[in-house]
Amino acid sequence: MSTAAAVLSNTQIERSTSQTATIYLKEAKYEFLKNLRLRVYTASVISFPLMFYVLFGLVLNAKATIGGMGLPTYLIATYGTFGVMGASLFGTASGLAADRGLGWLQVKRASPMPPFAYFTAKVVLSMIFSAIVVFLLLVLGVAFGGVRLPLMEMAKLLGTLVAGSLPFSAMGLAIGYFAGPNSAPAAINLIYLPLSFCSGLWVPYMFLPKVVRQIALALPPYHLSQLALGVVGAGRHESTATHWEVLLAFTLICFGVARIGFQRDKGKLYG
Amino acid sequence: MITTLEATQNRQRARYGAVVATLEGVSTSYGEVRALRNVNFAVYAGQVVALLGPNGAGKTTAVKLLLGLMRPDSGKVRVFGSDPTNPQNRMRTGAMLQVGRVPETLRVREHIDLFSSYYPKPLPLEEVLAAAGLEKLRDRKFGDLSGGQRQRTLFALAICGHPDLLFLDEPTVGLDVEARRALWEEIRRLAKRGKTVLLTTHYLEEADFLADRIAVINQGEIIAEGTPVEIKAQTSGKLIRCTTALSVENLLQIPGVNSAKQDREAMVIRVGDAESVVRTLLARDPSLSGLEITSAGLEEAFLALTQDNGQNKNRQN
Repeated sequence: MSTAAAVLSNTQIERSTSQTATIYLKEAKYEFLKNLRLRVYTASVISFPLMFYVLFGLVLNAKATIGGMGLPTYLIATYGTFGVMGASLFGTASGLAADRGLGWLQVKRASPMPPFAYFTAKVVLSMIFSAIVVFLLLVLGVAFGGVRLPLMEMAKLLGTLVAGSLPFSAMGLAIGYFAGPNSAPAAINLIYLPLSFCSGLWVPYMFLPKVVRQIALALPPYHLSQLALGVVGAGRHESTATHWEVLLAFTLICFGVARIGFQRDKGKLYG
Repeated sequence: MITTLEATQNRQRARYGAVVATLEGVSTSYGEVRALRNVNFAVYAGQVVALLGPNGAGKTTAVKLLLGLMRPDSGKVRVFGSDPTNPQNRMRTGAMLQVGRVPETLRVREHIDLFSSYYPKPLPLEEVLAAAGLEKLRDRKFGDLSGGQRQRTLFALAICGHPDLLFLDEPTVGLDVEARRALWEEIRRLAKRGKTVLLTTHYLEEADFLADRIAVINQGEIIAEGTPVEIKAQTSGKLIRCTTALSVENLLQIPGVNSAKQDREAMVIRVGDAESVVRTLLARDPSLSGLEITSAGLEEAFLALTQDNGQNKNRQN
């Protein structure tokens, strides 16, 4: 039992690597469970892209082609990007804004939780849900849309889109640091929906008005969707490296903004 | 007043020895509002200390400073001899804070499992559940809990890491009488095991029941400090309650009566010296019945102290 003497002893408490790994795992596991049970999250993040795909890709335009490619295949890449964006933005920003604004993050910060574990959990969660959305789109496409892709290509598409979750998780963290607990979902939609449209995720890029096509070139979702389209042999065949570079730069900027928010909170909301 | 408080604090240092956490000349403000003014305060090893004060007195601010969740505008905050943000400190500290929203879709045991993983030597889950009275609620989602059950879950998160130092910010807010008693017993058990506990409360009874030492805080200043007995002694006086034919005016004429008021069928009389007043009362009203004499509780002491402080300040001005 601790005595007064033990209370004051200054022995260093070391956490073993496996203990640290356990924290990261549990943080991610419970972040996943928390959101999986949150119907608002699962409904909007998983059902919307699937519904759009079923409606526009399987019911209405199943026989249409686009640049010699079946529309159902093309739309897996674009609605996949749309789904990844939603999973990542909602997976990070709304939770973070609520935790910050309503005191839960303070409770966590008063505990010995490594702060990085908290953020990592949100990024991992976003990737898992991104993978689920893309996987389900592929299943629908193969089962009902006549999508025929080599297994390797499907895996590559999934991998590309899941990796593409990172820029939007970073963006979500930045939003979460500057939006209030109640305004965060509205702020996300205000960014998410116009960005999706202008990047050609709903209406294929070539059918967009010229002005919008110009704007798209500056938008991260455009670059991710072009990477995804590139995997299935569609898209505009621009340099893959450029797309990745744009996404990387965007990720770094967003992490930078989030970091400013983190520092701003420090000492005010927590230290 | 200020010098006597300082003297009390110095005496305490000599009496209690090992200091676990301190605020030294700490001032903070939220914008224009001063939350704490030049506060000196110490938490001693193995002691339960209560910060007692009304809402907005600065209790939560003091706790947040000690947890390293806020920085003071001036002054020094030390915990275990180092900066409160030191990760080492946090592994030895548990905290129950007032929180607006807790993730509602996680179950009680899942919340505890996660927080336990943060600490190097956590308590077994069963022990935590038992201590917080949550055995039957372990699989309940946080969102499905009542207010009191939520408080108990937050208490469980504070103790699950088996910390040496425990901060409890208004731990029994929203609890019914039974749950409050149960939590009090648990805090006493922790104290017996040698834990150091700082709790804030505006329940005077709670501070009296739990604390070895009470610091009374009002408008960002500590205005009195001592054992519950010492705090009560700072306001002399007793309360007499009886059913009497005498009117309030009659009573106020008796020497030694400070105040008198009708409380339902009885009269409540605040006095300095109970014995002499009771003698007079019995002589003047042979029909007097239902006589009760009690010490002025912490509530009276507290009111007297906060009023005294106001007058004191006026004098200084």
